[in-house]
Amino acid sequence: MSIPRALHPGAWWVWALGLAVAASRTTNPLLLVLLLAVAGLVVATRRGDAPWALAFRMYLLLAAVIVAMRVGFRILVGGGAGDHILIILPELPLPEAAAGIRLLGPVTAEQILSGFYDGLRLATMLVCVGAANALANPKRLLKAMPGALSEISTAVVVALSTAPQLVDSALRVRRARRLRGGRDRGLRAVHRIAVPVLVDTLDRSLRLAAAMESRGYGRTAGVSRRTRAVNGALMLVGLLGVCVGSYGLLDATAPPLLGAPMLTAGVLVAVLGLGLGGRRIRRSVYRPDRWRAAELAVAGCGIVAAIALHVPIVLSFTDLHPPVTPLTWPTLPPLAAVGVLVAALPAVLAPPAPVTMPTASATPVRVPKETHR
Amino acid sequence: MIMLEQVTFTYPEATSPVLVDVDLHVPEGELCLVTGVTGAGKSTLLGLVNGLVPHFTGGRLQGRVTVDGADTRTHPPRELAHLVGVVGQDPLAGFVTDTVEEELAYAMEQLAVKPAAMRKRVEETLDLLGIADLRHRPLRSLSGGQQQRVAIGAALTCQPRVLVLDEPTSALDPTAAEDVLAALTRLVHDLGVTVLVAEHRLERVIQYADRLVLLPGDGQLRHGAPEQLLATSPVAPPVTQLGRMAGWSPPPRSVRDARRQAGPLRQRLAASAPPPTPPPRQSPPVLTARQVTVRYGATVAVAGVDLDLAVGQVVALMGRNGSGKSSLLWALQGAGPRHAGQVRVRGVDPARLPAHQARRYVGLVPQTPADLLYLPTVAAECAQADQESGATGGTCRQLLDQLLPQVPTDRHPADLSEGQRLALVLAITLTAAPTVVLLDEPTRGLDYRAKERFGAVVRRLAHTGRAVVVSTHDVEFVAAYADRVVLLADGEVVADGPTSEVVAASAAFAPQVAKVLAPQPWLTVAQVAAALATEPVTTPGAA
Repeated sequence: MSIPRALHPGAWWVWALGLAVAASRTTNPLLLVLLLAVAGLVVATRRGDAPWALAFRMYLLLAAVIVAMRVGFRILVGGGAGDHILIILPELPLPEAAAGIRLLGPVTAEQILSGFYDGLRLATMLVCVGAANALANPKRLLKAMPGALSEISTAVVVALSTAPQLVDSALRVRRARRLRGGRDRGLRAVHRIAVPVLVDTLDRSLRLAAAMESRGYGRTAGVSRRTRAVNGALMLVGLLGVCVGSYGLLDATAPPLLGAPMLTAGVLVAVLGLGLGGRRIRRSVYRPDRWRAAELAVAGCGIVAAIALHVPIVLSFTDLHPPVTPLTWPTLPPLAAVGVLVAALPAVLAPPAPVTMPTASATPVRVPKETHR
Repeated sequence: MIMLEQVTFTYPEATSPVLVDVDLHVPEGELCLVTGVTGAGKSTLLGLVNGLVPHFTGGRLQGRVTVDGADTRTHPPRELAHLVGVVGQDPLAGFVTDTVEEELAYAMEQLAVKPAAMRKRVEETLDLLGIADLRHRPLRSLSGGQQQRVAIGAALTCQPRVLVLDEPTSALDPTAAEDVLAALTRLVHDLGVTVLVAEHRLERVIQYADRLVLLPGDGQLRHGAPEQLLATSPVAPPVTQLGRMAGWSPPPRSVRDARRQAGPLRQRLAASAPPPTPPPRQSPPVLTARQVTVRYGATVAVAGVDLDLAVGQVVALMGRNGSGKSSLLWALQGAGPRHAGQVRVRGVDPARLPAHQARRYVGLVPQTPADLLYLPTVAAECAQADQESGATGGTCRQLLDQLLPQVPTDRHPADLSEGQRLALVLAITLTAAPTVVLLDEPTRGLDYRAKERFGAVVRRLAHTGRAVVVSTHDVEFVAAYADRVVLLADGEVVADGPTSEVVAASAAFAPQVAKVLAPQPWLTVAQVAAALATEPVTTPGAA
């Protein structure tokens, strides 16, 4: 329905974080599976062919590992609460000091199930973050950072692009080691590789720094120490507020004052700090991503999902945590389910990712052209 | 546009200044070529123009440097970014972003150019340099010539009045170098940009230069019209040397200039002929390679190459960037991958030997010799080389002294000059006494003098019973020192034969002397000089 273009990375992140917040609110496996399906569907339909998009698989794998570990731990030190004993494992005797901890022993269905629910919740949140990573270009996200953070984002971009060069350089030196016999072992071999690589990297960094300097980087950075301190303090306090606020919001047992109000206050202070800090930076952005209808729709869908799972708890008319004792089949709360399904709309609402050109990334780990000092 | 007034510059911790009481004025719209021996201060001079020297490097600057009236003393490089664009030797090292379009926009973002203007200028620059089809490509996937053109474009988007380039073509094959230089001359002619360019290989740039700056190495600086300076300059491209020898005035700068004056010289030379290339000795090849194939994923770098190397021969391996020269050399040595085919050196396959034995058969000096060096002093490196080769103590040092006398023993290898470092790594390689010596692009970064010395070393290696392969882009070096040329394209051998045949017949790879004196088969100034010396003096003015 729409022309392919890259969506603002911020929109994808808002959407994904909305899903993650929703996931954090429930241990209902049906809802969680629905969330996973929604995230998977949107990623499958709207991700591009960039390398970061292919990392989604890794997140799924990691999520599976988390679930397995959670269940495994419940079996190992589960305590055997519940009546439905599935299997009785031999209990490992522990010394007196560790009284109250039971290793293995009877394994109950309740204990496995509660481990599974818990693990699934964590895994779903992780997959949501993975979805954001797969859908949003991390470099464009850094570009969308407010001016005050531009120095940090430049540093990150430089680090990201230097990493492959470092790998190249290490491969090259390792190969060259054979030319001198390469019979060293242990520390000497490390020395033999590390020294040329470090010399090379240092050299390169100096050249990059010189290039950035000559191209006007940090042109208007001259600010008084006092303003910088005030900005820094504002940002720090603001971010602290954001952290505490999000904790309060995500932890349903926290006092309500610690949630939304704290988050809002934190965001306000941080924005103030960013605004003040951004004023001193005079730079522009080439082809900035803009918030257009599609961006707003995508972000909105995520927020709807978060709210849909928030409301039942506040109004306490549905329990999103199905009980494990007694063992009952979980039911799908209709309102929450609809909310989660809304979050699947970006699969149609968002424009498809543009196909990047067939890159020459098929080029081998070619030993790069080097220069002389 | 660029003014240097009584400039003396000393690096921190240096005992003597690099430049002493130097004056230079480059008017607007000129293409000014800076040349001189290594270490004479070329990079320093370029750095002075945008203030990187001394703001970035440290050191003591006396005198005044102004660009378009702005004093670099009060303007750090970033404040001159809109006035001076800088392009370094290794474009990849200076890239801040990762795609072509973003790289072009980077400097403008720093200068807070309005988005609409930015967009327009990026498009213009893409067209100006002919890189519009590369706009979304990752910078790392580009070829050397493309990268260099992107780097020039990135410097141009801020519409600077001055462009400073430090050896922009040193890593490029002749054709890619032509592309870059063509782009440069276009800038000078169409946009009136003042260009200051440093280059070792004069023959590539001198014909476009309006002014020549010579740094003889004693801290002094001579500048003036190229014709005038070339008449006496210690460094000169072959075509000028030929002209000086034949007594042409002013000495020619380009093949075209020379060709127009060369009629009489061709007549004089018609009777004689260059010494015939010694017929390839009938000695059995010491290295035979059959159907050598190297691939990286789906890309085939070397596609079934057959090669025989005989003792006493210097073979030049040529071909454009990415044609598989390095991969072939590494495969022959055995340290690099080889996916098919076989290599035999004196009956054994070096790839099957343990590394310390393989290097007794085939020695390889890689493109970045520094990769082999890891000890704090030259002496320590030499001692280590003796030990790892099982040679008697002092062998490596002795070899080094034969190659290049007076390399300081206590110096850190990183502080050596390019030529010295190359000699050190070559000495380390030779300590193992290999029969076959492979050199991967050894001539880049060497000035005329160092290149001459290095050429002599290569010849001596061949005479002392070794087979030598040199991969290089430098046609003048090949013409002067190689017996045989192997030309690679796309991983395949497209030509293999005596230098005079392969090189003279090629448009891109013909040395200047061959172009001037065609159809006569002369390759180097030395050949012509020898022929003129034996000829009875009949014409006045002959050298």
